[in-house]
Amino acid sequence: MAIIEQIVELLVRAVMQGTPLLFGSTGEILTEKSGNLNLGIPGIMYIGAISGVIGGFFYQNYTSSYNMILAIIIPLLSSLAGSLLASLIYGFLTITLRANQNVTGLALTTFGVGLGNFFGGSLIKITKSDTPFLALSKISAAYRTTLPFANKLGLFGQLFFSYGFMVYLAVVIALIVSFVLKRTRVGLQLRAVGESPATADAAGVNVNKYKYFATCIGGMIAGLGGLYYILDYSKGIWANDAFGDRGWLAIAIVIFAIWRPNVSILGSYLFGGLYILFNYVSVSMNLLPLMQMLPYVVTIIVLVIVSMRKKRENLPPASLGTNYFREER
Amino acid sequence: MSETVSEKYALQLRNVTKAFGTKVIANKNVDLDVRYGEVLAILGENGSGKTTLMNMIAGIYHPDAGEIYVNGEKASINSPKDAFNYKIGMVHQHFKLVDLFTATENIILGINDGNKYDLAKAEEEVKNISGKYGFVINPKKKIYEMSVSEKQTVEIIKVLYRGADILILDEPTAVLTPQETDKLFDVIRNMRNDGKSILIITHKLHEVLAISDRVTVLRKGEHIATVDTAKTSEIELTEMMVGKRVSLNIGRSEPKDTCDRLIVSGMNMTNPDGVKVLKDISFTAKAGEILGIAGIAGSGQRELLEAIAGLRPLDSGNITYIDPSNSENVELRSKSPMQIRELGVRLSFVPEDRLGMGLVGNMDIIDNMMLRTYKKGLSVFVDRQPPRQLAEEIIESLEVVTPSAQTPVRRLSGGNVQKVLVGREIASAPSVLMVAYPVRGLDINSSYTIYNLLNAQKENGVAVIYVGEDLDVLLELCDRIIVLCAGAVSGILDGRTAKKEEVGLLMTKVKGVSENE
Repeated sequence: MAIIEQIVELLVRAVMQGTPLLFGSTGEILTEKSGNLNLGIPGIMYIGAISGVIGGFFYQNYTSSYNMILAIIIPLLSSLAGSLLASLIYGFLTITLRANQNVTGLALTTFGVGLGNFFGGSLIKITKSDTPFLALSKISAAYRTTLPFANKLGLFGQLFFSYGFMVYLAVVIALIVSFVLKRTRVGLQLRAVGESPATADAAGVNVNKYKYFATCIGGMIAGLGGLYYILDYSKGIWANDAFGDRGWLAIAIVIFAIWRPNVSILGSYLFGGLYILFNYVSVSMNLLPLMQMLPYVVTIIVLVIVSMRKKRENLPPASLGTNYFREER
Repeated sequence: MSETVSEKYALQLRNVTKAFGTKVIANKNVDLDVRYGEVLAILGENGSGKTTLMNMIAGIYHPDAGEIYVNGEKASINSPKDAFNYKIGMVHQHFKLVDLFTATENIILGINDGNKYDLAKAEEEVKNISGKYGFVINPKKKIYEMSVSEKQTVEIIKVLYRGADILILDEPTAVLTPQETDKLFDVIRNMRNDGKSILIITHKLHEVLAISDRVTVLRKGEHIATVDTAKTSEIELTEMMVGKRVSLNIGRSEPKDTCDRLIVSGMNMTNPDGVKVLKDISFTAKAGEILGIAGIAGSGQRELLEAIAGLRPLDSGNITYIDPSNSENVELRSKSPMQIRELGVRLSFVPEDRLGMGLVGNMDIIDNMMLRTYKKGLSVFVDRQPPRQLAEEIIESLEVVTPSAQTPVRRLSGGNVQKVLVGREIASAPSVLMVAYPVRGLDINSSYTIYNLLNAQKENGVAVIYVGEDLDVLLELCDRIIVLCAGAVSGILDGRTAKKEEVGLLMTKVKGVSENE
């Protein structure tokens, strides 16, 4: 019995750990499907987190009333606004100015992490706290509200109903993105833009519009991953650099999921599990970094397998990483 | 000559003119009348403005002057979308398809008609169109699994699916086998019988005679004549196409001390798509003469030169180089460019793709010089002094217009880029010099500079192989001319006595056409 309980606990923690990755990878897949390799996603997730925290901080500390709906909506909207702005920076540089995507993305990540830490530090100063933390306990409580019957259903309830709403939101968004890509006209045209922008252009598809929308919506989805991490997973506690390398993990999952958001649900939970596996198997401390490396090892294995099978459908979007300029022939 | 504008015509052009920059006039005062339910062939040499003219009808380019009338009414066509609204669709030579999509997905791409996105219904529609005109296509097949002819079918259905009544086909048979061509022609006849107007660009005369109702001949951007196919002949069409010979006054000295330098025999090549691009090619290039290679674009010129340069593998055949120092034979087949150089073969190649294969656009002139010499010396460090001197010499002697030797070559104009490239190749003191379209995009003065350089090389005893497109130039510059047609040698002529019409006929008509079909 104890073993089963432990397994369920691992699975629950894997889901919670995997949810930021799911937001991040879904957003990145959507972006990459338009041919934009946004390596700024880790930074955008940071910005999504800190923007939500700023919104929540002012709502919690500067209003006397407390309304659960507002406690959810305000951080959510400010997070979306923050990641939208960050994505627009990326979009403007790579789509309009046609700057190098890799350089822009990496710069945006560095910028986003710095920005997050700067505002995080400032907020901590405002509270005159002695500890390097910022706690948004009320907001977090709203985010962590579960369905009332969750804890009455035993292990089943624990496994499926013990999460805040954003865990389900991540799955729903991944499924919607998956559906849109596969079964709608918008999805067809978006994929065409990512595969062959010149063809899409000739067919009358507005390539830049699709790239902007995919990049911005993708960035906003990814930013929610940062928000979830702080307000739900970390119970509302902001500490600088706590988000760690999860953004890069999300990008690795894109490859693992071979650009399919529905596969990325499983991939995210698997990677989430691998990320915390060391807590459940007894290894010595000096083997810890090896354990934490596991998700990346899995990614490399997937890359090797996909490359060996050479199936066209499993390859990245053909124009990924290149900017489109009509007059260039 | 041309009819009045009226609704009896599907499409009419009046005084259409288009220029690119100030130098190149692609079309000048072109009139064109297209009837309902006819196949009109647009015939002309390379650079005669056929594709530009069609691109204006299809909305890719906008005419500088002149009017386009559709069904007797003036049309304003600014984009391919506008063209579709006038029910005009064009199938380009280079297909615009998403490899990863199915035929149907490609066909419906970009259509926002407000109807529900229904792939199954679209597939049904594609099947209907195929059935109606006799196409053979699997709507669910992915493009990357398709043959060239299937891809072309998808492109044509794409145009029909959008309801086009005027179809423009840009050299549709260039990529097809004779059997596939016959099938395409059947489909074209079905479309014509359905009342559609089909404009077909081609330079294969026998196809013009086989498929078209009327022929419009363009030359140097101008409309020469439109004739009924039934009342014309290959000879008449060729004469209209190539025109009278123009004297250019390019100096040509008598070759002296000629001897065999490069012997090509029985060369066969198949490209990665499985198409035979070179068929049993044999010739000899002699030291001290310029050997011209004429042919319609894509007849195997590029493949031929790249095979000699060691860039493409052959199916069969030999390339023998005769070393001028000791008259020994050296076999070049299946050797890489580096191996060829290590054998002491002094072979220089000026490819048609100057900034792709010849020079590195982002590097400056000095660094580009070094691409030829970086292996010299024993030190791990390169010596930048000789390439710097060479760069300065070339800039000086060929009058390259550049801010400095440190300017990235892609910032230079086409003519100057070509001078840098030719200058570098000549500086390596070749015994065989191969140049492909060296004056393409160059103004008159630069062109003559290049001709003079080639003549000087010839007088120095170099075997020069010149691939060109302008017949007048070929006839005045070259001592002998090989004519290629569809990957085979259709004739070897003496440059001094050959007639332009003769070359034109050989270019468009393979001696072996009847054998192939």
